[in-house]
Amino acid sequence: MKVLSLNFLTCAVKACKSSSNSYPLHPKDAELVQDDLEVNAQLLLNLLPRIDWTALSTTATELGFPALPPQAPSVEELQSDEKKLRDLHNLLMETQIMEGKLVCANCGHEYAVREGIANFLLPSHLV
Amino acid sequence: MEYLIRFSQSHESFRLPEIQSLAVVEGLDLEVISYSDESPFCIVRLESEEAAKTLLRRSVLAQTIHELWGAGETYDELHAAVKRSTAHIWPKYKDVSFKINIDAYQGSRSEKNKLALINTFAYLPFEGLILLKSPDQEFTIFEEWEFDSVPRNLPNPLKVYFGRLVGHSIREVIKTYDLKKRGYISTTSMDSELALITANIALAAPGKIFYDPFVGTGSFPIACAHFGALGMGSDIDGRSVRGEGGKRSLKGNFKQYGLEHLLGAVFVSDLTNSPVRRARILDGIVCDPPYGVREGLKVLGCRDPEKDAWLVEKGKRSYQLAKLIPGKPYNNR
Repeated sequence: MKVLSLNFLTCAVKACKSSSNSYPLHPKDAELVQDDLEVNAQLLLNLLPRIDWTALSTTATELGFPALPPQAPSVEELQSDEKKLRDLHNLLMETQIMEGKLVCANCGHEYAVREGIANFLLPSHLV
Repeated sequence: MEYLIRFSQSHESFRLPEIQSLAVVEGLDLEVISYSDESPFCIVRLESEEAAKTLLRRSVLAQTIHELWGAGETYDELHAAVKRSTAHIWPKYKDVSFKINIDAYQGSRSEKNKLALINTFAYLPFEGLILLKSPDQEFTIFEEWEFDSVPRNLPNPLKVYFGRLVGHSIREVIKTYDLKKRGYISTTSMDSELALITANIALAAPGKIFYDPFVGTGSFPIACAHFGALGMGSDIDGRSVRGEGGKRSLKGNFKQYGLEHLLGAVFVSDLTNSPVRRARILDGIVCDPPYGVREGLKVLGCRDPEKDAWLVEKGKRSYQLAKLIPGKPYNNR
């Protein structure tokens, strides 16, 4: 479960979709793993406008990363600053949650993450 | 300039959409002049030789692209056309090494016949060496015969073309991704050729994100990743995604092809209760939905809550139970 994907996912419960509390999901007891991947600048630059920066900042802080700047960097900034690009790559692409839980702040439902794969299946009473 | 695309005679209905999608991906002006599902030869107009090369560089259904020197219904017409339209470029090929091939579709020629045919082009002022192995330029005589022409002993082809080879497709990657050589597959893994065509038609390209909501063993994200896109996927059945671990898992498949860096996210979820946020995140969705023949249609929930009531134990949440996949048929909703 990459940090990137956490930015794209919210609570699967339909009633939670309208609540702003349900996003982002909050990692709990997360075991992190760092992969070693080559920086894909083109992908990061394309992703940048699709990332919810506020949610990413929350996730990063909760996972114990140093606080992100309040504003997302612009495309030009990323292009010119290799370190920024590398840091973003490290956070979004290389950091993986292998074990743990993702908690919805609205309904309190906990989604288990096992072997890096999150399970968003809902029990019958929540469908 | 007109170019002749030599398609493979398979998945006919996808050939034109694929080539048109590739023109969009590569940002080329493509005008299709003649095309038929019955014939592997398609005539298109493109700006330059470079454009022709670029158009084919990730095509799966085409084989080669040729600069069209002439076309006709008979050889006399063909020779006249070649002389009329290409005489001004002949000097360019005066001293290069070359060879001439014959590509007869639905027909056949004896070796003697082939040589005689090639010799009818003797008016071309080519003075370079004839090299059968890696010549500088390859020319091809294309013949389009009627169906069953060999047993019917037909004397002449329907149409003939003459062209100079300019570019190749990547049709051979079908073999690289062949399911028979893939570490982990299941009953409904998508054929490598169709998955690659789908990725092409969906405009997969570097820097884009593609999502497959019925990912299974990951055939579609792998095809998208081959073209440089980031592949995401989800499936209601976590067992198919996890596999047996190691080489026999979805992640193992990505590793097998050296594409791990393009594996975005894989998670277990039901499409009717999807956790994907409603926002413009994806560039495309590619999937092979379960039609209910080989793989059943299942969504979360129970068919009859009275009958198959779920177990509620004190202090234990139902979703923590080890039940494999909950589900009811989709059309019973």
